[in-house]
Order: sequence, then structure tokens, then C-alpha cells
Amino acid sequence: MFEIARLYRRFGLRPVELLEELLGTIRRDNLNAYITVDEEGALRDAQEAEQILAQGSDDVLAGIPLAIKDNICTRGIRTTCGSNILADFVPAYDATVVERLRKRGAIIIGKTNLDEFAMGSTTTTSNAGPTKNPFDETRTPGGSSGGSAAAVAADLCAGALGSDTGGSIRQPASFCGITGLKPTYGSVSRFGLVAFASSLDQIGPMAHSARETAVLFDAIKGHDPKDSTSVPGEYAPIDLNALDMHGIRIGVPQEFFAEGLSPDVERAVRFGITAYEELGARIVPIRLPHIRYGVAVYYVIATAEASSNLARYDGVRYGLRADGAKDLTDMYLQTRSQGFGAEVKRRIMLGTYVLSAGYYDAYYKKASQVRTLIARDFSEAFGQCDLIAGPTSPVTSFGLDEMMDDPLSIYLLDIYTIPANLAGLPALSIPCGFAEDGLPIGMQLMAPHFREDRLLGAGMAFQDCTRFHRVKP
Amino acid sequence: MKITDQEVLHVAGLSRLKLDEHELKRFLRELNAIVDYMDMLAQIDTAGVPETVHATMLTRALRQDIPERSQERAAALANAPSQREGKIVVPRVIE
Repeated sequence: MFEIARLYRRFGLRPVELLEELLGTIRRDNLNAYITVDEEGALRDAQEAEQILAQGSDDVLAGIPLAIKDNICTRGIRTTCGSNILADFVPAYDATVVERLRKRGAIIIGKTNLDEFAMGSTTTTSNAGPTKNPFDETRTPGGSSGGSAAAVAADLCAGALGSDTGGSIRQPASFCGITGLKPTYGSVSRFGLVAFASSLDQIGPMAHSARETAVLFDAIKGHDPKDSTSVPGEYAPIDLNALDMHGIRIGVPQEFFAEGLSPDVERAVRFGITAYEELGARIVPIRLPHIRYGVAVYYVIATAEASSNLARYDGVRYGLRADGAKDLTDMYLQTRSQGFGAEVKRRIMLGTYVLSAGYYDAYYKKASQVRTLIARDFSEAFGQCDLIAGPTSPVTSFGLDEMMDDPLSIYLLDIYTIPANLAGLPALSIPCGFAEDGLPIGMQLMAPHFREDRLLGAGMAFQDCTRFHRVKP
Repeated sequence: MKITDQEVLHVAGLSRLKLDEHELKRFLRELNAIVDYMDMLAQIDTAGVPETVHATMLTRALRQDIPERSQERAAALANAPSQREGKIVVPRVIE
């Protein structure tokens, strides 16, 4: 991103030239990172960027080609959510984040692949087929923002937006060796993000480095009157100088190094923590006792919210409508049964079950209370430390056809990422090493609400003295 | 098994989903496995703990009720599967 900005200004490279080269690369590529490439629209954006640059703009995002996850609305560009039910949906408006990127002169290349409705962690449930991991094409890029992660890793864009409900930015960032930020809930507008679980969903940036991630975060953050959960107030730009780690207390929860953690991941993350110690940070052991209930809490709350949010897909106003229905109810039944894939149906039904009469108190109410206990664990922990560090995922990328038949074991892999969503905290995944088979490993950092500056600054400090984020597939 | 196939069918009906035999068998197995796992929540003492229903500290995010222009009708209708005279057409509801 910074390199491209420099080439434009110092070496006379033109956005249109760069874009044409990039579109050629995307055409030849077979990772299936994109669902839709908007060649015409991108070319228009590039021509506009040329004018902006000709006027002497010093905006680093001018002419920077970006990819947008396909659950974020883009005016005039098909937004499918990887689902048959939205296969032909063309939004009449841009999501606030897209509008903000356009205003900065960025080029929107297209829409990236995802698990259907962002429900998954493998990018295999999309109706567009699976995305492949650029480090090993037989493996998953992670998910649900796997298309964005693969596109960044393989340089099919200079940065991307994803969305993160239970780890969907951080886990694919970890699997693809890039940097991904899940911002504080309420710091980035969700207007135009197709809702999955509204109290957990958050749009965030993905790029090679923490510095580029910070530039994208600055561009999209801030209050938006169109999102009632967007938090008002001043949002200061992120300092692009690395954070001085001297005196910074890094909390290491023992619960994050529990059973099921792969030895490769543990070794790399422990290395990362030691690196911070060498940079001057103080390591503090902490406890997060309720974290082990996180997955159970999450799959109650997220599916409950999803069952309600996805009720809107009824074949009436937009999206698929099944032919030949005998009445209105039959139209709903047929449309939804044909339009949704198995994972989405499973989650809608689970959510309907936990909200249904007789089970509400035992599941939904209980989970909402335990969510409070998890949030309290973090408040207490942040009394003793400034950042929390641990693995992003207990494993590295796995085979595209592994574990397909066992949804629960896939859900359990979200154990380290889910807590930040439940507590609304910002969290960052940065590359911190490679497994013996060459697959990338991510370290997760978490900070108190609205302390993305600390997260990204610490990410920059780590990346200024390591090269993991520079390793290409 | 905790959830019976009758219950799976009931929940599918509430969700406006029609399941075939194969799906019924599959979801019966999977939903039971997941709900069994979720039952760990019952062990936790949550007496007096308030519920968290959203993650921000916002309490009243109301805006002024001022009319403003948003989408034009044609744009709003552009994605409708069936429309006539500026309205969305659906199957007959009233006999």
C-alpha cells in the first residue's frame, strides 16, 4: 500500500496501469478469492484516482486497490453473501465503510468469497465454491473472511475489508499470514453490512502489515448516524509510529494455552510473547475463568440473533423467490429451503430452538448472563495489564475437506477469537511464525474498548523487528 | 437424545424451512450434539447476574424524527422478484 502510493508519486506509475496489471493477475489466479470482480467500476475508480493524484493529493489511499467481503453492500455491484438466496442481489446503496473508502479515492476491485452469510470458519460453504489458501491450495484460507485474507496474502489487492462475528477476520488472517483487526464494537458503522448476529458483527480491515491495517481502520471508523449502535465521539487517527513497549504490561491468560492447542502454534506464540518481553514489555500471568464457556455462549447468542435477522429472506422484497408456490406460506418455505445452504439452515434452526418457548431461559437468557461474566473477566484482567496476548486459533490451516461432517468440532476452533466479540473488545491477529509444514501462525492481541491505537502500535512494534508478515506464499 | 425428530420438524416449521428425510436425519444428529455441548451452561451459577444483550455502553441511541429523502421507489423495488405498478406482487393471501 505505502509502496504503491510511493510508485504513483515518485515513479509516475498510474492507477490505471497498476489496475490493469492486477486485473490480469486476478484473471489468471485460481484461488477463487473473489466472487465478483468489477472490472468496469474499478477502472472508473482508477481514472478518478488519477485525477486526484494529478491534483497533488497526499492521501495514501488514493488509487489503492481494495477488496470488499461480499456481505458488505456495494452500490451497483452484486452482493451475494455467498448464498443462493442473494445470488442476484444488487444493492442500491454503498455501505458506510465503502462510501468512506471511495471518498478517499480507493479503487474497489470487487467482492470476496466467504462462508454463506459469514457463518463458518473455512470459506467452504459459499455457493461460489471454496477459496484456497495461497500457502497450500489443498487447504482452507480460514473464514469466514477467507476470500479477503487469500486476496491480501496473494497480492490480489492491497488491502481488504472483512467482517468478524466470532473470529471471521482474525482466524483467516492467521491462516493466511496477514494482519487483521476486529475493531471495538460500535467503532465502525455496520450500515450496509448484511446482518448475521447484530450484537457481535463488526467490519474490520485486513492487510499485510499493522501499519496498513491502521490506515484502513482510520478510513472506515467513526460515528455514523445510520447505525444506532455506532458510538459517537471523536476518533483520533492512529499513530503510525510503533508503540514503545517499555512498561507495557502484556497479560497472558493460562486458559489460552490449554488442551487442544497445537504445539507449533504454542511455540510460535510463545516466541512472539518473548519478543515483546525483549522489546521492554512486562509479561503478567492472568486468568479469564469464564472463557471456557465462550463457544457455548456464542453459539446460543449468534444463532438466536441469526434466526431473527435471516427471517427477512422471504422471497418478497429482494433475493430469490421460488417458483410454483401454492400460497404465501408455501412460497416462504420453498424459497428459504432452496435458498439457504445446510450450515445456514442449521444455525437458523438452532437459534429458533434456543429462543423457543420452554428453552429461552435455559439457553438464551443463561448465555446472555454468562456473556456478562466473560466481559467482567476482561474488565478485571485489564486492571492488571494493558494488552492480552495469545494464539488466534489453536491450529493452522487444515485440508479443505477435513471435518466437514462435524460442525461442533469446527465451532470449537473459534475458542480464542469468540471472547472479544462477546465482550465487544478490539483484537488483532498478526503473523508470528510458521509451522513445520510452512503454514502461517497468528498471534492475537486484545485491548480494552477503543484502544485500537495500543493494539496496532504494538503490532507495528512487533513487525518492525520481525519478517513474518513479509513472507509471501 | 434430547431433541426429538418431532421437535426438529417443529423448529423447522417455525423457521419456515422444509426438510427432506436426509436433512431431518442429519439435523437431528447435529442439533443434539450441539445442544448437548451447550448444556454446560447449566453448571454455571448466574444468580443475580444481569444479561448482556449488546456490547456497547450506549443506552439511548435515538435520533430526531426528521423526514429526509432516502431511496427512490424504483431503486428500492429494483431487487423485488415480482412487481406491478410500483408495488410488490405476492401470492394470494386472502381467499
